[in-house]
Amino acid sequence: MLLTGCSGGESGPPTLTWYINPDDGGQDVLAQQCSDASGGKYKIQTSLLPRDAASQREQLARRLAAGDTSMDIMSLDPPYVPELAEPGFLAKPPHDVVQATTQDTLEGPLEGAKWNGEIVAIPFWANTQLLWYRESAAKAAGLDMAEPVTWDQLIKAAKSQDKYLGVQGVRGEAMSVWVNGLVESAGGQVVSDGQDGQDAKITLDSDAGKKAAEIIGTIGKEGLGGPGLATQDENASMIQFQGDKGSFMVNWPFIYSASKAAVEEGALDQSVVDDIRWTTWPRVDADTPSAPPLGGINLGVGAASEHQDLAWDAVQCIVSPEHQAQYFATNGNPPASAKAFDDPAVKKAYPMADTIRKSLDNAAPRPQTPYYNEISTAIQQHWTPPGDVTEDTPRETTEFIQEVLKGDALL
Amino acid sequence: MSSTVDSRARASAPEKPRGRGHLSDRARSERKLGWLLAGPAFVIMLLVTLYPIVQALWDSLFSFRLTAPGDREFVFLGNYATVLSDIVFWRDLGVTMLITVVTVAVELVLGLALALVMHSAIKSTRGLLRTAILVPYGIITVVSAFAWFYAFDITTGYVNNWFSWLPVIGPDFNWFASAGPALTVIMASEIWKTTPFISLLLLSGLAQVPGELSEAARVDGASSWQRLTRVILPNMKAAIMVAVVFRALDAFRIFDNVFIMTQGQYGTETLSLLAYRTSIGRLEIGLGSAISVILFICVMIIALVAIKIFKVDLTGGSGKGR
Repeated sequence: MLLTGCSGGESGPPTLTWYINPDDGGQDVLAQQCSDASGGKYKIQTSLLPRDAASQREQLARRLAAGDTSMDIMSLDPPYVPELAEPGFLAKPPHDVVQATTQDTLEGPLEGAKWNGEIVAIPFWANTQLLWYRESAAKAAGLDMAEPVTWDQLIKAAKSQDKYLGVQGVRGEAMSVWVNGLVESAGGQVVSDGQDGQDAKITLDSDAGKKAAEIIGTIGKEGLGGPGLATQDENASMIQFQGDKGSFMVNWPFIYSASKAAVEEGALDQSVVDDIRWTTWPRVDADTPSAPPLGGINLGVGAASEHQDLAWDAVQCIVSPEHQAQYFATNGNPPASAKAFDDPAVKKAYPMADTIRKSLDNAAPRPQTPYYNEISTAIQQHWTPPGDVTEDTPRETTEFIQEVLKGDALL
Repeated sequence: MSSTVDSRARASAPEKPRGRGHLSDRARSERKLGWLLAGPAFVIMLLVTLYPIVQALWDSLFSFRLTAPGDREFVFLGNYATVLSDIVFWRDLGVTMLITVVTVAVELVLGLALALVMHSAIKSTRGLLRTAILVPYGIITVVSAFAWFYAFDITTGYVNNWFSWLPVIGPDFNWFASAGPALTVIMASEIWKTTPFISLLLLSGLAQVPGELSEAARVDGASSWQRLTRVILPNMKAAIMVAVVFRALDAFRIFDNVFIMTQGQYGTETLSLLAYRTSIGRLEIGLGSAISVILFICVMIIALVAIKIFKVDLTGGSGKGR
């Protein structure tokens, strides 16, 4: 900390520390480019956070609570923004920066950057899940993938073909993502009035919650998720999808570049990648468009940062549509800016860019509340293993979350 | 030899109860030197252990979340009431005790067997044997946990192929999807990793058993088993108890293996992990501190029970337990 604080002393421009989530080096490149573009006003130095979102949150929260002055720029996972914004750990973005950076931001990512109706972080990139499928499996099952498909259709297709459905049944954030996507797609919500913190209303015990439980329970009980479902994360379901019994899978866009990389390394046959197709997330109700999961990264500035003005300058540079497009094309993380999707480099690298953009328009954020960690962990504990999920699970989860939020129960 | 006897006689001489004022100049200066030598370490120990313990005790009396510093509220023993009345705590305590009892018991048996092998090995192979036995103990726990995890994981593992002849284990068997199999792997990893430690402690105890006792028993016609159970084990009781206490205290605080392999999911969570998840994961400093204090009290109880009831002398291998 001392080193960081002093490194920008008399001998050179101030050094801004950017806490980044692990990626393929794209944030390092952007840090360098924006340092160069500043004309010597500042130098951005990146500092790597842990791999998973929950651990990133832990580290950021501890440093912010301790008033760490090196927290100049932070890559923040949207669900944890409220928890850091509520106690005033994040600096308020200046009006002109908000104006300049969010003009063409897609609706879903913009909502994920707000707390109490105000923008508290700047969307950098946005992520969403697609329905990936093996064309051969869809054809064999007789599904018309040009039309939206439902979870019930996918379950039937996988069953009839004796194939596995790629879902994430691990006791981790991936399970909360799945549950929230299903509930939102069924027209429900996990939480309403998230701004009320501990007094937020848990609305999981609803028809939408029960439908979500039915889908997850069926996939778990009938073994459609494969033998490793209870510990299966995004990477494990991708590997299963690439195998002989792969058919349909909900997952983030990283799987496309990862599959192509596997072919280059000789670990995967080219015919598998040629067989992979994509469409929007499956519907819960045939007549209602789905609300796919929303992810991504927002950039925040620490309230204790000693270089807030420079940090906002740097943020403005990092999130420019050109940089977002470049980051997508090189690192596979989709932009939050609509304009960035029109970049030819994006279209060339990611043929599914239009589907991602369409999906982002409909994507629903996870519950926005300072107690998201509690709600997510409670969901993970009650909805795994998927085979144990019953119609009572939404009610039990609701009661448990309420007890935990009141401080009457351990998590 | 005679000098040893002499030194013992001299050392035992001042043991008669004498008042502070009766200390000789030499004894006083020795005591002073002792404090000078041990003092800095003692002060550092106080700083790094006592301060956090007192801080945790203090924090445990508050409802305090790191991301809601303004809502900090004194709740006295409220956090303890929440923890002790929650099924999660008792389940985790049960898992912790199960791991402690099973691993220490198995390690004791295996450790004794390894100690006997090392003790009776011919001199030329002794060094090689000890090194080979100690290798698992030299591996960092996190590294060994990852090795075991990848060996048993359904995606990357190869163990299912080894045990495919067993009726329940096939290529699709998921070791980490339920408590039983997951705890089995965790305990196996723990046993593999720390049995060398216990065997070393037992080897030192074994070396203290006079050879002539065993020899005399052999002459009297005692079988190998009788010599082990009637002569060797009773004579190394103190070393066994020290090994059990050290390992029990260590096993009760198990964290790394569970954290890496299951993160405590599916009924494999231990008390250390619960304290970690509450303090570090949930950032509930008050509640997490209460769990840490309870964990600390549990460890103290184990140590006190061992020292007072089983009369383990932790300062020497040949204490009262003999």
